[in-house]
Amino acid sequence: MENIIETYDITKKFDDFTAVDTVNLEVERNRVYGVLGPNGAGKTTLISMLCTILHPSSGTASVNGHDIVKQAKEVRASIGIVFQSRALDDILTGREHLEMHAALYGVPQDVRKKRIDEILDLIDLGEKADEFTKTYSGGMKRRLEIGRGLIHYPKVLFLDEPTLGLDPQTREKIWEYIEDLNKREDITVLLTTHYMDEADKLCDKIAIFNQGQIVKTDSPKNLKRELKADTITLTVDDIDKFCKAVEDLDFIKEIFVVDHEIKLMVERGENLITKMVNFAGENGIDVKSVELDHPNLEDVFIKYTGSSIKGER
Amino acid sequence: MAELEGIYTIWLRETKRYIRYKSRIVTSVVTPLLWLIIFGTGLGAAVRFGQVGIDYQQFIFPGIIGQTILFTSVFSGVSVIIDRQYGFLKEILVAPISRSSVVMGKALGISTASLIQGVILLLLSFIVGISMTIPCFLVSTVLIVLISLGLACLGLMIASFTDSMEGFNLILSFIVLPMFLLSGALFPITGLPEWLQFAVYLNPLTYGVDALRFTILNESVLPLYVNSAVLLGFATVTVLTSAFLFSKKEQGLM
Repeated sequence: MENIIETYDITKKFDDFTAVDTVNLEVERNRVYGVLGPNGAGKTTLISMLCTILHPSSGTASVNGHDIVKQAKEVRASIGIVFQSRALDDILTGREHLEMHAALYGVPQDVRKKRIDEILDLIDLGEKADEFTKTYSGGMKRRLEIGRGLIHYPKVLFLDEPTLGLDPQTREKIWEYIEDLNKREDITVLLTTHYMDEADKLCDKIAIFNQGQIVKTDSPKNLKRELKADTITLTVDDIDKFCKAVEDLDFIKEIFVVDHEIKLMVERGENLITKMVNFAGENGIDVKSVELDHPNLEDVFIKYTGSSIKGER
Repeated sequence: MAELEGIYTIWLRETKRYIRYKSRIVTSVVTPLLWLIIFGTGLGAAVRFGQVGIDYQQFIFPGIIGQTILFTSVFSGVSVIIDRQYGFLKEILVAPISRSSVVMGKALGISTASLIQGVILLLLSFIVGISMTIPCFLVSTVLIVLISLGLACLGLMIASFTDSMEGFNLILSFIVLPMFLLSGALFPITGLPEWLQFAVYLNPLTYGVDALRFTILNESVLPLYVNSAVLLGFATVTVLTSAFLFSKKEQGLM
């Protein structure tokens, strides 16, 4: 399968700070590809370069076969973007936003009305379509932005943190919508997120992004399988002493300490909980809480970056 | 073709915004009327005005139109900063049209707003006892658009260097007010001390006010063709410069 997005050592420096550091990314056509990383990892900078708003400091990329530096206009014509920050004009109506976007992207006059109706149908704005966007709820605004990004039938849709700040119900709806869209249309979706569940649910493939670099790419399934492990999370009164003591236990594969919690990677964790608590007692350590988790992306993330995704850098 | 459509689309959005904020239209007409009626009457009563056949209120009428265009155009240009803060500018900048078209659409939209205000003022000229004729009205509208284009692009240029609206007062004190006071809107520009005269002739708005004064009152320092040529030159330079700045400054616009 051919790649619709490829980056070649793409790098962006702001003065001394390197936001994106020699990244090589390959996204296959018609996939939902996730760039997963904490805030400040450089995800938005990467997307901004791919959609030609920022020039790379070095390296380049191709989107839909066009070079992002030399053929910026062709790239722009073949992509749709939903920015992380809201980009709506509060004194225009939803319909007007769509009309404006269609005109800017050169959607032919004769099909414009049909497309707009089609999109309005899809994003389900109902009667609100003809009201000013300042009266919209957060979810409606997001849906309008996604709809707007689709009106010119882009080959690639960039979604920068599509569900940031939305309530769980709205998030579910938007996920469904993105999945559905990807199935029905000939469209590749590249989304950035720092929500593990979002990446897990939506993406065919994930790139774990940290401090401007890709640390690992694979499907969510493979990433989780690779851990081959359950996680026992403990809080104890003496972390150092506990870590030292458990180091010698051979059934523990790895130990991480994140935010004063000890995470132990083990197999078949349900059989080991009592054992661990007893073990702590024997060593004179007080266990305050124990939790068992089956592999999830959060653990994958911790494994590859050494820190929790929630912790801001 | 796509570029023309892009310019039109951005113009349309700008114009819709202007028309929908009704309070803006009201203030933009009331402020000049206050100047005309209160300041004009007050100062007009205090000074004996040199020019024959024109009273002071009539004399400042073209100047007040110039002032309205100045404030509307520069501040609307600078308001791109707000678009940037709300993220809406990004949406326009990633569209497959050139930055020059974005600038052109913006500038034309702002000129339209200035034109609407100018036309309202022209229609109200009877208040100060000026009788408007159709040719005078038409020439005035052309001049208003020309003056506004240049000033709007000046605002856009300032916006491309400014990060936030914090600098707003600075722009008011150092650019807009001096331009207004040095334009000859409120006093004749002949017979001034040399240093002041120099500053007055540096100011592009001087030529706009002089051209409007010729058109409306048949009274001017420079011939209309000179004034028009300077205005055209100023508009061309600022349009090109702001288009250039918008294409170059990518990061600053984010």
